[in-house]
Amino acid sequence: MNIASLAPLAVVLPILGAALTFALNRNPLAQRAVSIALLSLTLLLECGLLASAWTTGTASVTIGGWQPPFGVVMVVDQFSSLMLVVSSVISLAVLIYATGQGMADGDREAPVSIFHPTYLILVAGVSNAFLTGDLFNLYVGFEILLTASYVLMTLGGTGPRIRAGVTYVVVSVVSSVLFLIAIAMIYGATGTITMADLAIKLAELDPGTQNLLHVMLLVAFGIKAAVFPLSFWLPDSYPTAPAPVTAVFAGLLTKVGVYAMVRTETLLFPGDTLNTPLMVVALLTMLVGILGAIAQSDIKRLLSFTLVSHIGYMVFGLAMSSVAGLAAAVFYVAHHITVQTSLFLVTGLIERRGGSSSMDRLGGLAKLSPLLALLFFIPAMNLAGIPPFSGFLGKLGLLQAGIALGTPLAITLVVGGVVTSLLTLLAIARVWNRAFWRKPEDADYPAPILKDTTAVGLLPRTMVGPTAALVVFGVALTVFAGPLFQLAGNSAEQMLDRTAYIHSVLGGNAQVPGGGK
Amino acid sequence: MSVNLTLLIVMGVLYACGIYLILERSLTRVLLGLMLLANATNLLILATGGYAGLAPLFTKATDPRDYNDPLPQALILTSIVISFAVTAFMLGIIYRTWALARQDDIQDDAEDRRVAKTPSFDAEDDSVVPEETSEFPVTAVTEAAKEGGPQ
Repeated sequence: MNIASLAPLAVVLPILGAALTFALNRNPLAQRAVSIALLSLTLLLECGLLASAWTTGTASVTIGGWQPPFGVVMVVDQFSSLMLVVSSVISLAVLIYATGQGMADGDREAPVSIFHPTYLILVAGVSNAFLTGDLFNLYVGFEILLTASYVLMTLGGTGPRIRAGVTYVVVSVVSSVLFLIAIAMIYGATGTITMADLAIKLAELDPGTQNLLHVMLLVAFGIKAAVFPLSFWLPDSYPTAPAPVTAVFAGLLTKVGVYAMVRTETLLFPGDTLNTPLMVVALLTMLVGILGAIAQSDIKRLLSFTLVSHIGYMVFGLAMSSVAGLAAAVFYVAHHITVQTSLFLVTGLIERRGGSSSMDRLGGLAKLSPLLALLFFIPAMNLAGIPPFSGFLGKLGLLQAGIALGTPLAITLVVGGVVTSLLTLLAIARVWNRAFWRKPEDADYPAPILKDTTAVGLLPRTMVGPTAALVVFGVALTVFAGPLFQLAGNSAEQMLDRTAYIHSVLGGNAQVPGGGK
Repeated sequence: MSVNLTLLIVMGVLYACGIYLILERSLTRVLLGLMLLANATNLLILATGGYAGLAPLFTKATDPRDYNDPLPQALILTSIVISFAVTAFMLGIIYRTWALARQDDIQDDAEDRRVAKTPSFDAEDDSVVPEETSEFPVTAVTEAAKEGGPQ
């Protein structure tokens, strides 16, 4: 039996965990054990899926024995399994971190009985969105993770969280409605919602209809991925949530949107019809996002703006529709999930040690806690793209692909990418100078906790441990960049070729339009 | 495939009202708008199923073209359940907003307003530092001259 046929377990295990932890809501210890054990099991399974996609190629599982194009399929290819593994690594790290925080705080702020089931449901939704080969099931995956994220975002029900939660829920529901409208129109036009079948049938439609459906999908996913004109909600809502929740949102949720955009661009609507607008949008996302980041004085908000800005790099790679560009984008997604999550986790630690995440109140942390400084410095430099870190390699790949493409717009984007990278360095250096290097007295309103030299035990090991593990994982992406780039290149080739995907779902006799490029 | 014109008009009216309502600042109206949008979309999905046909239960004598397309109805069922859950959650949030702030309006992000008001001049970043950066500072040379140092 091939391990790929176990793919649905990546969704089922977390949901099972959610049910168990919900039943165990009076026993926090058992809840923790169950959720951590089941997520570890899921991670192991997903590593198996990645290995199977690497050795035996793309595989598909038909759910309930309904043959496609009638039933729901799950497709395991190299891109989806890579995303699964990276997302599970960070969700496991964040779960351990959140558990540590809960144990340290006596669970005052975040009621554990709700946190664990909701978190596992979120993971299940993310896995479902990555695995599914059916457009409506993708919508369901999105809804699973969004509904869980609404609860996590407003955890505790404090004023600021509710205020942020309202914006977040309304924007997410509107994007889901747009997605659903797009699905309805696609079904009306083609009579199918299996993605592999759509890849064949959409090509037969009138070009005008194709463009309409294409734009509808991209707008719906663009809101979820926070691409510039549709990104206003993200810096507004993310920073107020509890630190581990913000970390997992920043790492995963926008990337699920990017993943859906990649599938739309490569599988459903291949070719370069919308590449020019996508490139313009990518440039604006990078620049507007990073300029917003420079203006902030709160570290969480600053990081949220860099998150928006760096989505631009991924859209840039996607918009080139070349193997090199797409491979760099895939690599960049894996890198950015890890780095952005570690930075938010570190910010949670900064908040504990320094009493605030506002740069007006912080100072002298490098002396107070050198370990914290190290944990911040490595992912920060990684984000800014300082060699030899993976951020540098990812950006280098994108810039090379842009130069190879050689159109004036691509060259403009290459310049914009370099400028964004430098401005990221500037924004991060401001955090470093203020929060870590200057004396606490130099801060505008220094937090009293910074002057108290006897304060100990503010950084519990259960929180520092997962953060450090994630930072090390980020560095490992640099060390193993060779195999990872090969994996990204393979998945880019497979996605642009489409033959393996379509044949694995519909059988080897299916005609691939254009004969596969 | 023929479609029902009444359904289409109802759908259009629902979309128009829904979009108008979600642009309001009152949260209850936003919620009503979202509900209208969700229901309009359900009608749209229903319309993609084509004309009303027979229930899709197999009998040998029936021409396959007489059956109704069951898939859109399955999709609508899923989307109704989802919008039901989201509506319930939104109601909870709106009630909480009311309990906390005694108002039904969407509130501004205070930090965002603060950042927008911040002047572009930042004392720590932009002020001129009164420090000699030259390797042979003028003051040092003149002081050395006064003391009769090496000339």
